[in-house]
Amino acid sequence: MTAWTHKDLVALDALSAGEITLLLDTAKAFKGVGQRTLKKVPALRGKTLVNFFVEPSTRTRTSFELAAMRLSADVVNIAATASSLQKGETLKDTARNLEALLADIIVLRHSSAGAAQFLAERLQASVINAGDGSHEHPTQGLLDVFTMRERFGRIEGLKVAIVGDILFSRVARSNVHALVTLGAEVTLVGPTTLVPHTLESLGARVTHRIDDVLETTDVINLLRIQHERQRKEYFPSLGEYTALFGLTKARAARLQPGCLIMHPGPINRGVEIDSDMADGPHSVILEQVTNGLAVRMAVLYLCAGGAGAAL
Amino acid sequence: MSVLKIANGRIIDPANGRDEIADLWIEDGRIVSSATRDSRSSAAVIDAAGLVVAPGLIDLHVHFREPGQSHKETIATGAAAAAAGGFTSVVCMPNTSPVADSPATISWIHERAAQVAKVNVFCTGAITKGLKGEELAPMASMKNAGIVAITDDGHCVQSHEVMRRALEYARMFDLPLLDHCQDYSIVADGIMHEGEWSVRLGLPGWPRVGEELIVMRNILLSELCDAPIHCQHISSGGSIRLLREAKARGVKISAEVCPHHIALTDESLKGYDSNFKMNPPLRTERDIEQLVEGIADGTIEILASDHAPHAAYEKEVELDQAPFGILGLETEFAIFCDVLVHGRKAIGLPRLIELLTVNPAKLLRLDRGTLSAGAHADVTLLDPDLEWTYDLGRTCSASRNSPFHGHSFRGRAVRTIVAGETVWAL
Repeated sequence: MTAWTHKDLVALDALSAGEITLLLDTAKAFKGVGQRTLKKVPALRGKTLVNFFVEPSTRTRTSFELAAMRLSADVVNIAATASSLQKGETLKDTARNLEALLADIIVLRHSSAGAAQFLAERLQASVINAGDGSHEHPTQGLLDVFTMRERFGRIEGLKVAIVGDILFSRVARSNVHALVTLGAEVTLVGPTTLVPHTLESLGARVTHRIDDVLETTDVINLLRIQHERQRKEYFPSLGEYTALFGLTKARAARLQPGCLIMHPGPINRGVEIDSDMADGPHSVILEQVTNGLAVRMAVLYLCAGGAGAAL
Repeated sequence: MSVLKIANGRIIDPANGRDEIADLWIEDGRIVSSATRDSRSSAAVIDAAGLVVAPGLIDLHVHFREPGQSHKETIATGAAAAAAGGFTSVVCMPNTSPVADSPATISWIHERAAQVAKVNVFCTGAITKGLKGEELAPMASMKNAGIVAITDDGHCVQSHEVMRRALEYARMFDLPLLDHCQDYSIVADGIMHEGEWSVRLGLPGWPRVGEELIVMRNILLSELCDAPIHCQHISSGGSIRLLREAKARGVKISAEVCPHHIALTDESLKGYDSNFKMNPPLRTERDIEQLVEGIADGTIEILASDHAPHAAYEKEVELDQAPFGILGLETEFAIFCDVLVHGRKAIGLPRLIELLTVNPAKLLRLDRGTLSAGAHADVTLLDPDLEWTYDLGRTCSASRNSPFHGHSFRGRAVRTIVAGETVWAL
């Protein structure tokens, strides 16, 4: 059986199938804990976790916070606006100060790709990547794969379509790495500007027609589409995006009966997904959120708790 | 009279087509064809048996950071690094603080260099005031202050109209124009080569076409104005094709290539190490092959380092926030010799020396780069087969931002002589 030997979780790109499976299996055990009346285990008692969010996030931060609490760790949250990065302190100095306060685990959300690896190489503490720029969001990738595995009992051979702004998506990258490593067939769908063919080097297929995947895919994962100042030249409008790639009712009707609709949130209702579809029978969007807790417990436990601690 | 004999070396002087084992004589800071009977007896002797005796190497692209950024490098430390790399003359880029866009700043740099620099320090002036790409800098008065070329290096004049007028105006003074080729709208916030690795790493891409568009622009403007343009630090194989075609048509276009662009690829960034971040970025093995082809077939006639020191605390930050650029002078000859002469066997040693001496001297009309009788006695002794390992712990630079720490090379300068005086020896 695979053993966990990493201090940090920075990216799924580097993990083996055995390591990803170990994370998923551990998460499965922790999901059971969440269903108990007493939801707390002592695995990280006495450890300190710092949620260091240099980019705003509510969902991921809360999920890590709850996961740490359920493992009995002490938790401190530091948001970008409150942090001394605003005062010109470097990321390295801020993080070393956190470590000097004896933090055992630093969960980092940062707008720069590579920021988590940067810290992981420089700190004794465990560094957990909660999203670094357009690079990876490994716990999101794991919770998506966990949700698929729970529903289908396997990942190998599954057909998974990921739709949206793949080029700038850390969620897409983490999903692709985990899914490809575990043997799924991944198709990336979206406009040519946001889904360039260079993405095929990650081991996925690329298409620019959502019709190519609707009737055959086992999972359709819709990414939040943004049309902010820096994306204006990538596509003309949200309306045109929805017309080409939105999961409308008509398109959803062509999905297989057992097809899962996933979304990492927050949802733009009526843009990448029809509002009713987000709440419909195919949707596992809230299940993803619940599973996120178990997955993050597993990650914290394996990286910082040591395999010896009892569940 | 001070007399120096460099004995029994292999003298390679490409400017004169000379390659032979002989003694080189220096009197009072000048090369002489042979010494008088009297001076022979009083000469100091350097034994160069087994070594190559070359004209002092010239690097026409360095950043010495003074005035204004002496925490990165000073003229003194930069010149020391140049000497340690075998370079006797360097040409400084104008992106200092203040920008070298006035005769006052140029004069300050010259005075400083005269006091502290071990090697000859030449200056460029900005094309536009403040490197902003808008208004022309005072070229005539900067020329009077001694600049050897104009460039907005680090920046690229985006307005084709401004570039056209700069080219036309500079022609009045025979001022060579050097250009950093980067189209801002295409490159945007790109920090590494756009390709499989930028996609995998989630980093904004800096595509080849961002360079090629400006190379093409420069070719067309050079034709329009019938004036030369030199394209700096070419990184894209596509640029080589454009340059080759233009040169075949007789366009007065030239270009330089830097060591890192033929020694490393974009894959090097997979650890997010900012010592692999430079502008333009590292590209692919295919680009390296095309750059090397360009060097071999004469499309590229000049090599340079783009020596760009930055303090460790500035570089040791998130990759997208780190400044572009790496040290270059101390490893430059070694990399070119190792990659071009030994590794890829693209050119021979005499041609390599030509690209590092007489060719940059010709472009900038420097009175250097040859061992002709009467020339300044700037001489570099080279051991093209010496195997050595670069150790940043021993760098002469004030900074340590090199990706080549611990790399082993075959080929090295072993002694640097400026105006007949040894300024560095291994």
